[in-house]
Amino acid sequence: MTEIALPAPAASVMSDPGSPGRFGDHGGRYVPESLIPACAAVEEAFRDAWADPRFRRDLDRLLAVHAGRPTALTPAWRLSAELGVNVLLKREDLAHTGSHKINNVLGQALLARRMGKTRLLAETGAGSHGVATATAAALLGLSATVFMGEVDMERQALNVYRMRMLGAEVIPVTGGTRTLKDATSEAMRQWVTCVDEAHYCLGSVMGPHPYPWMVREFQRVIGDEARRQCAAELTTGIPDYVVACVGGGSNAAGTFAGFADTGAQLIGVEAEGGAAIAFGQVGVLHGFRSYLVQDENGQVAEAHSIAPGLDYPGVGPEHAHLNDTGRARYVTVGDAEVIPAVRRLARTEGILPALESAHAIAWVIRAAESGELPPWSTVLVTLSGRGDKDVATLMAAS
Amino acid sequence: MSSIVEDRLRYGRTGGRSLLVPYLTGGIRPDWISYLQEYARNGADAIEIGLPFSDPILDGPTIQEASDRALRRGVTVRGLLDEVARAEIDVPLIAMTYYNLVAHSPSFCGDLAAAGIRGLIVPDVPVDEALPLAASAEAAGVELTLLAAPTTPPDRLAEIARASRGFVYAVSVMGTTGARFAASGGRLAGDLRRLTDRPVLLAFGIATHEDAVTAAESADGVVIGAALMRRILDGGTPEELGAVLAGFRTALDASVR
Repeated sequence: MTEIALPAPAASVMSDPGSPGRFGDHGGRYVPESLIPACAAVEEAFRDAWADPRFRRDLDRLLAVHAGRPTALTPAWRLSAELGVNVLLKREDLAHTGSHKINNVLGQALLARRMGKTRLLAETGAGSHGVATATAAALLGLSATVFMGEVDMERQALNVYRMRMLGAEVIPVTGGTRTLKDATSEAMRQWVTCVDEAHYCLGSVMGPHPYPWMVREFQRVIGDEARRQCAAELTTGIPDYVVACVGGGSNAAGTFAGFADTGAQLIGVEAEGGAAIAFGQVGVLHGFRSYLVQDENGQVAEAHSIAPGLDYPGVGPEHAHLNDTGRARYVTVGDAEVIPAVRRLARTEGILPALESAHAIAWVIRAAESGELPPWSTVLVTLSGRGDKDVATLMAAS
Repeated sequence: MSSIVEDRLRYGRTGGRSLLVPYLTGGIRPDWISYLQEYARNGADAIEIGLPFSDPILDGPTIQEASDRALRRGVTVRGLLDEVARAEIDVPLIAMTYYNLVAHSPSFCGDLAAAGIRGLIVPDVPVDEALPLAASAEAAGVELTLLAAPTTPPDRLAEIARASRGFVYAVSVMGTTGARFAASGGRLAGDLRRLTDRPVLLAFGIATHEDAVTAAESADGVVIGAALMRRILDGGTPEELGAVLAGFRTALDASVR
């Protein structure tokens, strides 16, 4: 691959949020005092590790030999011909455990070991982050405890079994709505009781500082790879549009980080039933300030999406900031558009995308057909995960 | 600016008397105001009222259950404050809630003061993030009390002791409300009392008379929450809970500091 000269990154766009952990008005560290020293220790350890070439080398090697990176950039030839736009897929579905989640957990598990921790705690909704955490823990000889809402455990029984096969302890969460947001609260509550030996391995670009920034940095491998691959694949070097689905927003943040300093239009696709940027108000949950879906009294609402990975009422604070500054645009896709998008990609490209990733595909189809995407513009879409986990949902919907 | 909560607590601790602050989840039952009245009659120096939030990150199973039950009854901050405003309760009232509810309403602190609530505890606002809220609380005449934890390093502890109003809330244990009381709390309270003349109250996990007496040896007093809420969730009436509080009062008064 030829080395191309890249423009210097704009310091203000997707840079280090500093020690207050602010992205504009968003972010921060709104956690009980008991967790402040633990969050500060994670920040210090991450700053140190991220500047240490040995840590970077160890992580790159794990990403290559264990996770299977770099993942392919696949031109979607038949879909492109049908839509009249040039669609490129960044294939995180090909990463080990079936999604981009492995990028973040390998980074955090290595960091946990460097900090002398012996145990990982994690929340999970559909189970993807839980399975990835259980995987990284097994690989690095750590123990793992995964908190999962009782409702989600029923819906995703196979993933519960996968986590247990990998040696993780899965703890049902029975409070509140018994879904991802409650699992996240419970993981934070439990972290308080074991901060000495445990690292909280948060699964998305959310939570108290440094998590939104750290998880974006661990996920930026998606965008950095795609940037190099686009440079080789496209005569223009840079795609016109960069599209990714957004729940908490980690695959989108990682993708956008590779293109924030270019002229590419960044598009985040939220699920209609959990669209914090489209329908939420600014609020504070799980340690950070951002857009949050809530009722008229300020109680956090339950998100509803056919894609369990997008079932979160908040959104990462950096996305809120990218929205406010206009650097990225956020759109919504409803459940009804998602299943046709899965079928279409499956039949045109032989790729079964996760329901989450299908939101990004659905928007591209809609925008191409409406003419919003100019003919033969280039569109990079991050395919955050594979659809095998969703087969039961797809069967029920057909 | 008057400091109703702090003045009352300073007065309450004269002569080495231990302070007793019960907690009640607002709206837990239709007759929840009666519990406040019983507590005020039976030895409370102040009362903490929890304004229920959907995602109470520092609360253990008991207070989570109480919050869920109150929310299922359809309570709102507005409605609870209206009820408090109409009630006659002659000890200082302190609201405890999470930042999302506070930030949701620009007039939150003013609304508290208008309802007669002059203290505020927001556990997910640590001292580093407290400045804007501290300013709006002060402007409304509400004392914003900060929390300290057993892992708080000495320089932060000093900052918290300085910035806290009303009293300093010492979290006894690395855990959530209702966890088992731990000796770490005694050390923390002792450290805080060396740093500040403000009342220091120990909280979390104080369930028995023995816990309360032990805690009061190192602090100016105690907050009792989950142990009382458990009884209310199990059907305890206002009168019964008043008697329970009186029992704590007697135990604390009988112990020599």
